[in-house]
Amino acid sequence: MDWHLIIAAAIKIVVFVFFVTLPLVAMSVWAERRVSAAIQDRVGPNRVGPFGLLQAVADGIKFLLKEDFTPAHVRKFYFWLAPALTMVPALLTCAVLPFGSQLFGEKMVIADLDVGPLYVFAIASLTVYGIVLAGWASNSKYPFLGGVRSTSQMISYEICMGLSIVPLVMIYGDLNLGRIVHEQSQNGWALLPLWGEGLSLKGFGLALPIFISFIIFTTSMFAETNRLPFDLPECETELVAGYHTEYSSMKFALFFLGEYAAMIIGSGLCVTLFLGGWSLPFGWLAPATIDAEVPWWQGLIHIGAFFAKVIGFILFFIVVRWTLPRFRYDQLMRLGWVFFFEIALANVILTAILLWALK
Amino acid sequence: MAIIVQRPKLKWWEQLYLPSLFVGMKVTLGHFIATLTRKTKVTMQYPEEKWDANLPDHYRGAPALVTDEHGRERCVACQLCEFICPPRAITINPEEIPSDDRWAKVEKRPRAFEIDMIRCIYCGLCEEVCPEQAIYLRKDYAITGTSRAEMVHDKKRLYEIGGVRTGLVNKWNELK
Repeated sequence: MDWHLIIAAAIKIVVFVFFVTLPLVAMSVWAERRVSAAIQDRVGPNRVGPFGLLQAVADGIKFLLKEDFTPAHVRKFYFWLAPALTMVPALLTCAVLPFGSQLFGEKMVIADLDVGPLYVFAIASLTVYGIVLAGWASNSKYPFLGGVRSTSQMISYEICMGLSIVPLVMIYGDLNLGRIVHEQSQNGWALLPLWGEGLSLKGFGLALPIFISFIIFTTSMFAETNRLPFDLPECETELVAGYHTEYSSMKFALFFLGEYAAMIIGSGLCVTLFLGGWSLPFGWLAPATIDAEVPWWQGLIHIGAFFAKVIGFILFFIVVRWTLPRFRYDQLMRLGWVFFFEIALANVILTAILLWALK
Repeated sequence: MAIIVQRPKLKWWEQLYLPSLFVGMKVTLGHFIATLTRKTKVTMQYPEEKWDANLPDHYRGAPALVTDEHGRERCVACQLCEFICPPRAITINPEEIPSDDRWAKVEKRPRAFEIDMIRCIYCGLCEEVCPEQAIYLRKDYAITGTSRAEMVHDKKRLYEIGGVRTGLVNKWNELK
């Protein structure tokens, strides 16, 4: 094993996960509060640091200093395991996201897997265990009911989510996220085939199933990350705080941050699959081949483009949260199983027909 | 009598739910942009921005003692304010003015004059009852302290807040 490969991987892990994603989690909590405040004609947190930017630091210190209370009636081992199990999978999925093209000849992805989306779904489905364990180990009625709800919701929507990207995989004929992004940088983003080979009857024809996929994928992501309009696991009036009712201090913070981390990774995946990942629109500064040398400044621009898109998507998440009322539980299940599941299946067939017809 | 509410028949595009998402986003983003561009006046950032210039003339803030234009303390320690004070916030300890003093004719003055600002209800009865017009309610409102002892205004602090009032008292002068 080459030493420089290990060192490069370690640097990428530390920088991308600990210096970018985790601060982004903290910043999105701040953005959530400020944006929701602006939407509701309020000010929001603006006292700690300039524009309240250091609010997340203050919150973190508060969480650390609070009493970490473990109730007597819980199953201790699983009670302690659950928060970690919600946070860790969210961060593990960072591994396959291509967050840039190249920097100094090094591919800007931690693990260049040939089964990227499969890895993401495999790891992301582990998040369910965190919630199941939290609901069960808390050993009281509200967390239990919240956990059951959340579990069934996440399992249902995982199916729609998985099925919704099948058309995309069919079109690109590839499961490597890096190559999917490169293909999009050359021939138009999946959602906007406006340049390269995308500017053809085939490109426009295939935009329809991709658009349907995008809707299903994004909606399922809202459900997967337990955010409004699908935040049924923690509805105040019925279930107090759902599966994290019994949690306090840093253990609660882990659930809270895990939700935001999942949101960021979900946004990253959605941007990678549908909005061209790190590529700029209209093929600007796009490397000709996947292995072509990219100057360092272009590499930086690509990284910037990726995070700009991710941040835009996070803002979309936030605005949707403060716009829509929540669904009723039976409506949620109906939407997942009766509509999205069937539409996703039909979409696969539609894509196959279109691919055959527009050859 | 039961009222049957007719559910509106939704068109197919209304059932899609997506158009209503965009209508909703239009409302929220409208508010968002209006707040960002400061079109919506949100609130006053209190400690930095204050409304002091707009306080009404009849505003009742912290009670304070005043001196007249000769530097004489107006209070003659008659203790009327101490007796009328509903929450008994005022404590006066009177003393005699020594005969060699310039104002020996006034005879009495407070040795100690304390107002417990935790007790004070800002009713203004002390100002109303004072025959010498020595105590006034000023416009100071943010009276804070880190201990109970700090919240008791002594004579020195009361004169500091009150400052100087010129003009005769009412019993000599019709004009206030």
